[in-house]
Amino acid sequence: MAENSPATIPVRGPTMIRLEQLEKRYPGQDRFAVAELNMEVPEGEIVVLVGPSGCGKTTTLKMINRIIEPSGGRIFLEGEDVTAANPDRLRRRIGYVIQQVGLFPHMTVAANIATVPKMLGWDRARIASRVEELLELVGLEPARYRDRYPKELSGGQQQRAGVARALGADPPVMLMDEPFGAVDPIQRQRLQDEFLRLQREIKKTIVLVTHDIDEAIKMGDRIAILREESRIAQYATPTEILANPANEFVEEFIGAGSAVKRLTLTRVANVPIGSWPTIDATADDHQLLEVFRGTEKDFVLQLDQQHRPTGWLTRQTAYHRNLPRQPLAIVSTVTPQATLLDALNAMLRTNSTCAVVVDQSNTYRGTLDFDSIHLLVQRDVRKERFSEEGAAPAGEQKPVAESRDDA
Amino acid sequence: MSFFDYLQANWPRLLDLTIQHAVLVLISVGIATPLGVALAVATYRTETPRKLVLAVAGVFLTIPSFALFGLLIAPLGLGYPPAVVALVMYGLLPIIRNTITGLRGVDPSITESALGMGMGRWRRLLRIELPLAWPVIIAGIRVATLINVGIAAIAAYVGGPGLGSQIFSGLSRIGFPVAVNLALSGTLGIVLIAIVLDAAYVALGRLTTAKGIHG
Ligand SMILES: Nc1ncnc2c1ncn2[C@@H]1O[C@H](COP(=O)(O)OP(=O)(O)OP(=O)(O)O)[C@@H](O)[C@H]1O
Ligand SMILES: [Mg+2]
Repeated sequence: MAENSPATIPVRGPTMIRLEQLEKRYPGQDRFAVAELNMEVPEGEIVVLVGPSGCGKTTTLKMINRIIEPSGGRIFLEGEDVTAANPDRLRRRIGYVIQQVGLFPHMTVAANIATVPKMLGWDRARIASRVEELLELVGLEPARYRDRYPKELSGGQQQRAGVARALGADPPVMLMDEPFGAVDPIQRQRLQDEFLRLQREIKKTIVLVTHDIDEAIKMGDRIAILREESRIAQYATPTEILANPANEFVEEFIGAGSAVKRLTLTRVANVPIGSWPTIDATADDHQLLEVFRGTEKDFVLQLDQQHRPTGWLTRQTAYHRNLPRQPLAIVSTVTPQATLLDALNAMLRTNSTCAVVVDQSNTYRGTLDFDSIHLLVQRDVRKERFSEEGAAPAGEQKPVAESRDDA
Repeated sequence: MSFFDYLQANWPRLLDLTIQHAVLVLISVGIATPLGVALAVATYRTETPRKLVLAVAGVFLTIPSFALFGLLIAPLGLGYPPAVVALVMYGLLPIIRNTITGLRGVDPSITESALGMGMGRWRRLLRIELPLAWPVIIAGIRVATLINVGIAAIAAYVGGPGLGSQIFSGLSRIGFPVAVNLALSGTLGIVLIAIVLDAAYVALGRLTTAKGIHG
């Protein structure tokens, strides 16, 4: 099978992981699960492996820490050939996070996180302070969660604890197999955002597997789009892939609506955030009326003492004083790390035309309204002149009269 | 003589027999447990050995107890040795079967993340798999114990210790007034041991099962 795009794109940092002619054939199977894979993962980047179900993503990932032994080829970690190294020692240098999390149910959160440091023989004090640090890092208040058992955590909290455990002994590399797959969409978006914030601090080399192209675009510094037998269809940055899909397979895989997908490339923090009329929760009816007189909007945002949004107040509340002042709940907020697509989703989910932007401590930062997103999409569409919106649904081979008009 | 008069007159000897009986059971279970767990650990991951071990232990349990005790006299003589050996054989199946079930029931994502963190075979077994399988294993030990409390009565047939001698002498005196007292006291003692040990296992199970695992 001809390779359309070997992994020859220029690499930014030094190479952390190098896969050379890596292959895997399961016993009794006539097809390769992974065939002749060559790939370099630069230090400090998130590389996402994405592709249709069964294309060999998990097999590829698990060969890096040799949970699955390759049937051929070599694996290099920091330049060192680890294809035949002691697997247990190798794995202690590589954090591993799976979709089902796999926390040890009979151990506390702290004991779970301490697993690898303990095996490496760290002393108690060092382990305790490391556990503390990691819990803080993933946003689990140590005093509250340290001594809990996994079943006493929510799904999202378990996922965070799983990430903390994988970071236990500060491994340079993390392997993650659909790490955000087991939680609901709102949680998933939040975990993704948090993880990106975390990654800015820890700068690990991360290989992340997903079958969700949107997640790949959002999380990846680089994306490897894989086809069957883990053959690389394209290995490039998200922008590059969206702008110049290397072949038909990639085009079909990223599917229609690249303009919308590119919303995933922009963070809320990077677009101008609008402001919305707000009112203090302690304000009296008169002040409320004043605010409504000064705006055409039918809702104002109520903020508490700490400037955290607590709900929407309607115009009716202001004009009918006898009504109790009952703010409408804010169903979802977005953080500056969220992508524009997340913000758009939040709006669609709550059937509103604006998303409330808050920072890490839930403080009000502004709002992002539908119109400004719409403008951004239109601008992008005009700029790039994409026309694959009419492409057939992924999966079918269609005779392609090249639909891109780069001329 | 009424049953209560009989108990009053004979309680020191009855207590002695009861203790012997319980000790015989505990010794046999004490041997069957490490043996059964070891056999289970050695075979739970490979199909053929696993089935073989379960089949053999299953056959042991189907041998009629009189026959087994009798057969063991030739190689082992009378008294404790044949009694203990027979009871160990009877106790193996529930222990092996439950250990295998428990170990195979550990969530694969848990063993996989243990593997992925660089835990070796033994560490995984001792730190992760056995503790998680423990509630199932201890249930097997409990069943083995209760089976053996009953079967141990037959040990008197090969001169073994315990309450079986009461029952056997009662049976050999059927028609005499004392027969009922003998058999009844032996039977009640056995029921008493069963109840006490059962309660002890419930308590032990609670104490030794790691917090964080659902009961
Ligand atoms: N243990 C195994 N034995 C035999 N074949 C296997 C085994 N594990 C995976 N395969 C096969 O290898 C191929 C790749 O599987 P893999 O799990 O790597 O896919 P994947 O890309 O992770 O898929 P998904 O998105 O569904 O998780 C599939 O065709 C699968 O059927
Ligand atoms: Mg997979």
